[in-house]
Amino acid sequence: MEYPKQHPIGIYLKIWALLFILSGLSYSVDYFHFEGYLRWSLIIIFMMLKAGLIVAFFMHMVWERVALIYAVLVPPLLLLTLIGIGVLEGDYTFFTRNVFFGS
Amino acid sequence: MSEAHSAHLEEIPPPYTGPESFVADWSSDQTAFKNVPWGKVMMWIFLVSDTFIFSAFLISYMTVRISAVDPWPNPSEVFALTLFGKKIPLVLIAIMTFILISSSGTMAMAVNFGYRKNRKVTFILLIVTAILGASFVGMQAFEWSKLILEEGVRPWTNPMGAHQFGSVFFMITGFHGTHVSIGVIFLLIVAAKVYRGDLEHNRPGFMTGRKGNYEIVEIMGLYWHFVDLVWVFIFAFFYLW
Repeated sequence: MEYPKQHPIGIYLKIWALLFILSGLSYSVDYFHFEGYLRWSLIIIFMMLKAGLIVAFFMHMVWERVALIYAVLVPPLLLLTLIGIGVLEGDYTFFTRNVFFGS
Repeated sequence: MSEAHSAHLEEIPPPYTGPESFVADWSSDQTAFKNVPWGKVMMWIFLVSDTFIFSAFLISYMTVRISAVDPWPNPSEVFALTLFGKKIPLVLIAIMTFILISSSGTMAMAVNFGYRKNRKVTFILLIVTAILGASFVGMQAFEWSKLILEEGVRPWTNPMGAHQFGSVFFMITGFHGTHVSIGVIFLLIVAAKVYRGDLEHNRPGFMTGRKGNYEIVEIMGLYWHFVDLVWVFIFAFFYLW
């Protein structure tokens, strides 16, 4: 069985190094005690960059057919709805707990 | 195979209308994901479903944390370790993160060397990946026992603040740790197949008549990278937030 020509190993080493740098950066967010919106936005930016690199290069997504890319990446967008419901529900529960059990 | 399919289709007279046409289209000899091995498609579909499982956990964690009235424990302090007489925040989690990323790196290279039919290097890289994965699970066991035995954290209570912290922690990291453990077993099985040359000589597997080939290393890799991917999200939302 013959396989298609492989990408040079250097790609994986570069992505590996990038992931190390990004992980170091997200750890430093905690180490240097950033707080509030600065902390949350930095955490999400580094997280999305890491996730993107892993899916795109380690999982070979950039080299896949468009049909497969859509089948994998589009359905999780539904989760945004679940996040919205969760926030509404959480805020409401917090409100009622304070009203009925708060001192 | 294709002959049997077309023979079967001819039993339904064309032109198809209504529900029959739907069935005819989907049961025809067409492939939605052209040139993609079916094993890989199946693994991707499994991973999409697993994405929903872990997302459900993380979203319920978000809901529970929003609604918690007691203060949420600061993970930075909870997971701090004293090393060389100095208290370093979150250090074990940071080491675990770097270990899992490294294992993803060795896994990606194992897939590449597999397709190059370099048996020896593929085997070594798979074993290194398995060792890194096993050490990750070991550190997680250390973290769990520290939290349970020294700090007194339980799924139903927690002396440091919001009780929900315990249940969320054990649920999410427990499910992730299970995935890593299964991955290590899966890695060892694939490594054994590579070592014996089953994939190179297209020998069928233990429970299948399908001929072995190096695609299974890539499919294994997809699972392993997914485990790393989930950890990226757990690290961000549970440990750093």
